[in-house]
Amino acid sequence: MTDLETTERATSDRGTNNRDIVLKARDLRKYYPIKGGVLQRQVGEVKAVDGVSFDLYKGETLGIVGESGCGKSTLGRVLMRLEEPTDGTVEFDGVQMYEQSGSAMRKMRRDIQIVFQDPYTSLNPRRTVGEIVGEPFNIHPDVVPKKGRRKAVQELLELVGLNPEHINRYPHQFSGGQRQRIGIARGIALNPKVLICDEPVSALDVSVQAQVVNLMEKLQRELGLAYIFIAHDLSVVRHISDRVGVMYLGRLVEIGDEDEIYSRPTHPYTQALLSAVPVPDPTLRGKRDQITLSGDVPSPANPPDGCHFHTRCWKVQDVCRTDTPELEVHQDGDGGHLSRCHFAEVRQVIETQDVSGRGKDSLFAGQGERDNSDAVAAGAAGDGDVQSGPDTRAPSGG
Amino acid sequence: MTERNQTPHDANPDERLEHDDAPLHDNKPGEGGELPTESHEKQTPTSSSAAIAADDTGTARSLTADAWRSLRKNPLFWISSVLIVGLLAIAIFPGLFTDQNPDYGDLGRARIDPNSTHWFGTDRQGYDVYTRTIYGARASILVGVLGATGTLLLGSFLGLVAGYLGGWVDTLISRIGDIFFAIPLLMAGIILLSATRSMDTLLGVPLQGYFGTIFQLVLVLVLFGWPAIMRLMRSSVIQVKPNDYVQAARALGASPLRIIRRHVMPNALAPAIVVTTINLGVYISVEATLSFLGIGLVPPAISWGVMINDSLVFLRSGTTLHALFFPALFLSICVLAFIMLGDAVRDAFDPKSRDR
Repeated sequence: MTDLETTERATSDRGTNNRDIVLKARDLRKYYPIKGGVLQRQVGEVKAVDGVSFDLYKGETLGIVGESGCGKSTLGRVLMRLEEPTDGTVEFDGVQMYEQSGSAMRKMRRDIQIVFQDPYTSLNPRRTVGEIVGEPFNIHPDVVPKKGRRKAVQELLELVGLNPEHINRYPHQFSGGQRQRIGIARGIALNPKVLICDEPVSALDVSVQAQVVNLMEKLQRELGLAYIFIAHDLSVVRHISDRVGVMYLGRLVEIGDEDEIYSRPTHPYTQALLSAVPVPDPTLRGKRDQITLSGDVPSPANPPDGCHFHTRCWKVQDVCRTDTPELEVHQDGDGGHLSRCHFAEVRQVIETQDVSGRGKDSLFAGQGERDNSDAVAAGAAGDGDVQSGPDTRAPSGG
Repeated sequence: MTERNQTPHDANPDERLEHDDAPLHDNKPGEGGELPTESHEKQTPTSSSAAIAADDTGTARSLTADAWRSLRKNPLFWISSVLIVGLLAIAIFPGLFTDQNPDYGDLGRARIDPNSTHWFGTDRQGYDVYTRTIYGARASILVGVLGATGTLLLGSFLGLVAGYLGGWVDTLISRIGDIFFAIPLLMAGIILLSATRSMDTLLGVPLQGYFGTIFQLVLVLVLFGWPAIMRLMRSSVIQVKPNDYVQAARALGASPLRIIRRHVMPNALAPAIVVTTINLGVYISVEATLSFLGIGLVPPAISWGVMINDSLVFLRSGTTLHALFFPALFLSICVLAFIMLGDAVRDAFDPKSRDR
């Protein structure tokens, strides 16, 4: 059974196939050559993305999580065709992306855009905000006539919550969160169907993270965007995502609806990840079922045979070392979803709580009740180095 | 920073709105082939000047405006600017500073010490040293400016190509650069200039006469000076290229030419400009060195180097040293001024050296 069939079967199981697929990735691979020796011959390859398949529906948010170096960002860049894949296909709106070239590819880029992780390197320091946000219109001149461009840029700035009068300012005059909004404004300028967000909030201060995430949700409602939200922050991903894919060493190990992944994970790696999310409740200290993985992530240049996770898995058996498990439907107690494990079964772990139903105001206003909302707002879950307080990376002086 | 953002300082937004329309327009034809520094400056002439004007109110300020701001506070910059403006005036309008003919030699007034009619005295040919020093500025500065500009153009273009394209193009350009880099400038100058000494034209360009000899020198300076700028440009292009804003432009479908012109070049050019400013002074002294050795500029061209060469004979006799002293003094002041300017510009473009 191929990945494609499994995915389609699974989605039809869930009854979600009544929505249109906007982006269909099949068996994407990106290997980077390792060169060595005097003659710079290829001595190996880093398998950054190693056979990833998924569907993205119109207007939904697909979260991609995984630890550093698992290939999340490479996946985003391959989907953007900033890097050519080693193998695999991406079908965008029924058109094969990697077969396009020249003007056809340029036209396609209008519909798929990217927001980068670091707002300090994603904006050209020598261009004004107006030039940065207006550049898409210059590259695709037929979208907005020349006379309307300035107004269009100002509308975009307003849409992302910036003062339209700041159009002549330079990026270094803005804070990190404002810069990220500029990046988002550039991303949505051409009214794309898909926005790939490569860790869009990881570099931001916690309170600003919440603002940007809420902005992205607002834009999704207003513009009908589909997001591929790449992040390592499980709480933020849960907050924004409809479906979630978990990556490990270049492969998707589990993918399903937000509830399926967070409440009924069947893959041991997902369970371990979720158990590491800090719970802001001191009374639960020591009572949680915390899974501590030993060892490091194996090198993607030399991934283990069979299941990639077998070197760190507590369920490991001989079959895991030889046979690669397929991404197939496993029962999770309430239906089933795709998981790449020979011994997939549900294990209840204390995880983040979904507060997305409470409305965005509760993110800041939720002081009265028990502060569960901070689990999301504080976003620091699973990411110990996020600091609260003023953004230390904001440029000093002026 | 944040304070400034929050304060509504847009005192005159409308005025700036008009100005800044230009950069939003699509590529203006003819921008591509121009001098890189100029094309960058030209794209945002009004915005940068508007930024400077708006400086005090704390609104839009580009990096260039920031650099200008810190430059203004630097006394080194003002001293060197005054000197350079003065020297440029001398070079362009020598007639304003003297009414005598630099080519008029009268043996009857040879070797006169400085006095009220001949401020710097006269040399052994009876030339007025002051007049010739004034007229010598033109050749010296012309060689320095043309040499430095030519080096910047050739070096930054090749560096841009090598850094952006990479691969075998990079290897080829870098290795050729290494070859030229390995030849000492003076030795190359001596060899090349003694070879062209007897040639009348090179590729249709006359090599003799006033501009011909200057052209010879500039050719040598550019030919053996570009690898330094090329390496500098290449490394800063390689540094700029992986930045997310370049990737974002690629993701938008921007053409490589557009990416280079609007994103890579403006951000990679600053180090090359700084080194070029310093090169100006260096090239003026190289011109003097080569002329001193008798292979640089030759009469009828007048330059400080030629004058120093002429007055060498006095060095041992110990008389008429003024004929040696004054051109050497002007040469030193000129080189010092350009190198000081280069230092000031470097400090201004390097945010780390700014004390604030």
